[in-house]
Amino acid sequence: MTWSATARGAQQPDNTAFTQQRLPAWQPLLSASIALPLFFCAGLAFIGLGLGLYYTSNSIKELEYDYTGSLDTGNCSACAEADQDGAPPPNCSCALNFSLPEFFQGPVYFYYELSNFYQNNRRYSVSCDNAQLSGFPSALRQPVNDCAPYQYGAAGLPIAPCGAIANSLFNDSFSLWHELPPSGPYVEVPLDRTGIAWWTDNHVKFRNPPLVNGSLALAFSGTAAPPSWPRPVYELSPDPNNTGFVNQDFVVWMRTAALPTFRKLYARIRQGNYSAGLPRGNYSVHVTYNYPVRAFHGRKLVVFSSISWMGGKNPFLGIAYLVVGSLCILTGFVMLVVYIRYQDQDDEDDSDD
Amino acid sequence: LQNEKWMNVKVGDIIKLENNQFVAADLLLLSSSEPHGLCYIETAELDGETNLKVRHALSVTSELGGDMNRLARFDGIVVCEAPNNKLDKFTGVLSWKDSKHSLNNEKIILRGCVLRNTSWCFGMVIFAGPDTKLMQNSGKTKFKRTSIDRLMNTLVLWIFGFLVCLGIILGIANSIWENQVGDQFRTFLFWNEGEKSSVFSGFLTFWSYIIILNTVVPISLYVSMEVIRLGHSYFINWDRKMYYYGTATAAEARTTTLNEELGQIEYVFSDKTGTLTQNIMTFKKCSINGRIYGEIHDDLGQKTEITKKKEPVDFSVKSQADRTFQFFDQSLMESIKLGDPKVHEFLRLLALCHTVMPEENSAGQLIYQVQSPDEGALVTAARNLGFIFKSRTPETITIEELGTLVTYQLLAFLDFNNIRKRMSVIVRNPEGQIKLYSKGADTVLFEKLHSSNEEDLLSLTSDHLSEFAGEGLRTLAIAYRDLDDKYFKEWHKMLEDANAAIDERDERIAELYEEIERDLMLLGATAVEDKLQEGVIETVTSLSLANIKIWVLTGDKQETAINIGYACNMLTDDMNDMFVIAGNNAVEVREELRKAKESLFGQNRSFSNGHIVCEKKQQLELDSVVEETVTGDYALIINGHSLAYALESDVKNDFLELACMCKTVVCCRVTPLQKAQVVELVKNHRNAVTLAIGDGANDVSMIKSAHIGVGISGQEGLQAVLASDFSFAQFRYLQRLLLVHGRWSYFRMCKFLCYFFYKNFAFTLVHFWFGFFCGFSAQTVYDQWFITLFNIVYTSLPVLAMGIFDQDVNDQNSMDHPQLYQPGQLNLLFNKHKFFTCMVHGIYTSLALFIIPYGAFYNVAGEDGQHIADYQSFAVTMATSLVIVVSVQIALDTSYWTVINHVFIWGSIATYFCILFTMHSNDIFSTFPSQFPFVGNALHSLTQKCVWLVILLTTVASVMPVVAFRFLRVDLYPTLSDQIRQWQKAQKKARPPRSRRPQTRRSSSRRSGYAFAHQEGYGELITSGKNMRAKNPPTSGLEKTLYNSTSWIENLCKKTTDTVNSFSQDKTVKL
Repeated sequence: MTWSATARGAQQPDNTAFTQQRLPAWQPLLSASIALPLFFCAGLAFIGLGLGLYYTSNSIKELEYDYTGSLDTGNCSACAEADQDGAPPPNCSCALNFSLPEFFQGPVYFYYELSNFYQNNRRYSVSCDNAQLSGFPSALRQPVNDCAPYQYGAAGLPIAPCGAIANSLFNDSFSLWHELPPSGPYVEVPLDRTGIAWWTDNHVKFRNPPLVNGSLALAFSGTAAPPSWPRPVYELSPDPNNTGFVNQDFVVWMRTAALPTFRKLYARIRQGNYSAGLPRGNYSVHVTYNYPVRAFHGRKLVVFSSISWMGGKNPFLGIAYLVVGSLCILTGFVMLVVYIRYQDQDDEDDSDD
Repeated sequence: LQNEKWMNVKVGDIIKLENNQFVAADLLLLSSSEPHGLCYIETAELDGETNLKVRHALSVTSELGGDMNRLARFDGIVVCEAPNNKLDKFTGVLSWKDSKHSLNNEKIILRGCVLRNTSWCFGMVIFAGPDTKLMQNSGKTKFKRTSIDRLMNTLVLWIFGFLVCLGIILGIANSIWENQVGDQFRTFLFWNEGEKSSVFSGFLTFWSYIIILNTVVPISLYVSMEVIRLGHSYFINWDRKMYYYGTATAAEARTTTLNEELGQIEYVFSDKTGTLTQNIMTFKKCSINGRIYGEIHDDLGQKTEITKKKEPVDFSVKSQADRTFQFFDQSLMESIKLGDPKVHEFLRLLALCHTVMPEENSAGQLIYQVQSPDEGALVTAARNLGFIFKSRTPETITIEELGTLVTYQLLAFLDFNNIRKRMSVIVRNPEGQIKLYSKGADTVLFEKLHSSNEEDLLSLTSDHLSEFAGEGLRTLAIAYRDLDDKYFKEWHKMLEDANAAIDERDERIAELYEEIERDLMLLGATAVEDKLQEGVIETVTSLSLANIKIWVLTGDKQETAINIGYACNMLTDDMNDMFVIAGNNAVEVREELRKAKESLFGQNRSFSNGHIVCEKKQQLELDSVVEETVTGDYALIINGHSLAYALESDVKNDFLELACMCKTVVCCRVTPLQKAQVVELVKNHRNAVTLAIGDGANDVSMIKSAHIGVGISGQEGLQAVLASDFSFAQFRYLQRLLLVHGRWSYFRMCKFLCYFFYKNFAFTLVHFWFGFFCGFSAQTVYDQWFITLFNIVYTSLPVLAMGIFDQDVNDQNSMDHPQLYQPGQLNLLFNKHKFFTCMVHGIYTSLALFIIPYGAFYNVAGEDGQHIADYQSFAVTMATSLVIVVSVQIALDTSYWTVINHVFIWGSIATYFCILFTMHSNDIFSTFPSQFPFVGNALHSLTQKCVWLVILLTTVASVMPVVAFRFLRVDLYPTLSDQIRQWQKAQKKARPPRSRRPQTRRSSSRRSGYAFAHQEGYGELITSGKNMRAKNPPTSGLEKTLYNSTSWIENLCKKTTDTVNSFSQDKTVKL
């Protein structure tokens, strides 16, 4: 009779810390001396941080102006009214006036905000072709199926840029005018519209297709513009470095928002006399009202904001830190009380023994 | 004659077996090397009894002998019963050469037996393979799963249900959204081809969400569980503390899927022979004439092996003394030397009054063939002490008394049986005196003592007996009687008459035996230890402290079983009551059970209403109440016969209820199948996790039917080990297996499961919350790559490391505090409640993971004024938060940080960031632009301070409640494990040498430790001389006696009633 177990068992198991489960180990215990200070320290730190964040956020100046235009009020109502039936009339423009009672510390950032716009809807947000946008000539002619129904145009030509995101490009344009001097003529405030997109987006992710005979238009020949665009992609801007897929506005738009209410950077105000900020006085924003939002109860806003070390205005983070910090301290106190009472009890038990 | 494998043995084959071989099939014994076709078998594998049993062939077939030609021509036809599982019954008829011979169990050798003391035998296969009685008894092999596995299946179904619910909710919500909101948004949100209605969109969304949220259904969980169990199994295999040097056997986890169940055992069903005991009997102590010998005196240093020192010179050549024998008392040797007549008489009795057969092996050494190991121990003791039993013939016994050969005439042999509980021999010594030597149960023997025995001696001896019994030794009282010639002759005549009588023969013989076995003079008592395996007492004690109930199921006798129960402290005198159920029919058993219960409940309840059905219902209702009201320790002893009735369906519940309330349950004389039935009963009706441990083939069915089967390996016989899930060499390793490995496995597995569910919920449900903000469009929160890698790469290793290496308390403390085992039995560490806690924890975390980034990203701008609230940044922030939160959580859960844990936890986080930056790098984007659209995102997001602030806040907000909760729980309701951990930590700083508490045996007032593994019928064999080899006389000097004493043989022939026996016996003599 052969017995394999004997043969196997003849070899005694190794006497190593690993096989004998005796590996040296750190065995932390959630003791009061760790947990209580941890809670109090974390609490205090969070409250401190929270206060800092809150005040920083509060110190940021932010001005929002809704220019959607309801049917009865506002300057843009006319355009909005026309919007009722779908697209507003071409080149409908309106103005938005506001006054700054005091100096707006710069640099000032100019955003547009859309609400109720579901850029994060899956059907919408997958509808683009990254290969096409990064300038692959093959993808330019054959957009991915994700782009459907904006894959091929009516004539069967491939749409460039394809997809719903590109098709719905925000096409309102703004200019800011300052009344200088008071009740004098309006002077246009220079808007720096360069560098509003992420560097990687503008330089890596989005590339124009290779030029054909030095011409971008030829590179895009044989493609169609998205149906709702009035002009092809290579005519987005007269600036040759800012046209085609690398047009900053286009790149900004293509970075889809996470939430249905979102802001996108339109321009920085940091040039000329306005580099330090916007002086007090009356201003007017001239809007070229193209983008229809009323159909889905969306709002359009222009926002002027300054920036702190932690970014734009957002009171939430400060408040959240304050709340969590206070909760930490509160819990810390509860734990302390429980701990002390438990200790007493323990001592009694010990003395009983 | 050819060698065949067992698998090829077929019915009708004639096979040859050699000594010490396992029997391959159920055989009809045809012939053997021994005279009269006798052969000896050991049935320990079948029923746990260790004494040898005799089987004899039909005389017609035994004539075939070893003649191959004649055997080959054997063409008998056997008509017999259908295969069944009754080990002790067989009926059949052999038709051969125009005559019919009835067959009974005596002619059959069953598979699983071992041939002993027989150099060869031939047998015809009657049943082979699965038809053999052993296999019929072995029960079905079932696929074993742990209770956690079963719970897991339920939970996974629930989770699946939960998933479908979420899918439905989101699907309906999507329908509504598409209808209310999306409809106005068509300019931008086109319909896909073939998806034009909101209802259909909802339907599609449902399926999309099923796919997206499928990560709540933990598919990788099963794989991970198996990996963890495999790790645990390896730890069991590697454990040096479960390695037995004696047989060089390491523990072996033969099933790798049951580990955590080892931490939940409530009932242990143990075999006795070879499991609790070593199956070795040793002569431990004796009391001769009121004096105890064999006590170990204080100066342990003087423990000397007497046998070696004191061996008489003339023996040393032959080395007659059995070297394994150890006796630690010098004073006995001194008494022998001094020539104390009582001591001499005592030893002489031991050398004379037995059924042992002497045999010389090839080396010329005297070997005893013992039929019961206790007798062997006694005779060996006498041998070592100078009274050497040399040889026997049917009418003489030759012993060597301190160097001189003395031959006694064996006048009568009053055999042992269960009623008499004693055996006697009547011998005439060379001086012509006739003496009756008797040994037996003290209770029986003391009644037979002569009134002239000194009171002091009686009380002293009985004190000693109690003392021995208290130590769990098997005791026998020893007495003798001087008979005068005349009286004996008269008695002998009457005996012969009685033997010749046709009716009431047995009764008359019994009467005569009674008649002569009286007026005995007490000599003393012996104490034989049925040697327990090492550490059995400690193991049993510690397991019962761990609230594990140990039931002993043995095929052995009631006395033996009880004795072992006492020996290993399972039965003690402190017990309030011990119920012995030994009814012979259903009514009796029922009555006895009822009585036992009545006394258990005291006056609280009356069982007078005879309607068992009503009672049962009542009992079931009152079960919970009752169990608490019963205080005190009770023990239940039930024999196989009664058990058969007790297992019947109408009494079953009563029995179970009673048995479960008893601290100890001993079932004796049970068949292998009954063992399995008992296990099944507890398993099915108690909802408890059971473990069966055994070493022999008779335990296979029990091992298979219990939740966990443990085989004792390293000894002969593999059946138990092969059927088992775990095997090791010594019973004591059970303690380590359960209390250390089992507990750890359970603890680790539970922690692992809790964490795993938590992690999956935290990970997945974020999609659900996000659904409310993305029009329920089945948009994922995270990058596709993150979803793919999260469970496999980012979070799998830390939790695996925890599942494999975690320990709350170390092994020594687990062993020292068996109470730590109880959470497993109560299923406290992972159950539905725990699961819901984990789920709620996961949901909370997912909510925190979503809400905080949502709030923080709402209309926010980055540090450079660029918008950062884009989908990709949001995804990266959330993914990073998630990885950090779950890593912190596993760090909190890990209580035993080995290097591996460190490497895995820190490594996982590092890996996450590495992979994140790689996948968001420019290079990989320019190669695969469609696959990696997140280019530059990691760098952009993770350089923003506010993103880190969000991650920090999310982490603290998710983890803080857990820390607080745990702290409060430890403070308010500390578990034993917590306390020991604290203690262990304090201990580490100042580690005093801890002395193991000495094992104290409780002194017992138990009256008798009588147990004797003896079987009736051997006396007859001896006196008839059937089992003696005439052709090979043991001692040459005795040949003369043999031939001279034919008249004695003839006399004795008359006593034997079996015609076959006497017939064959004549032949021996003629030889």
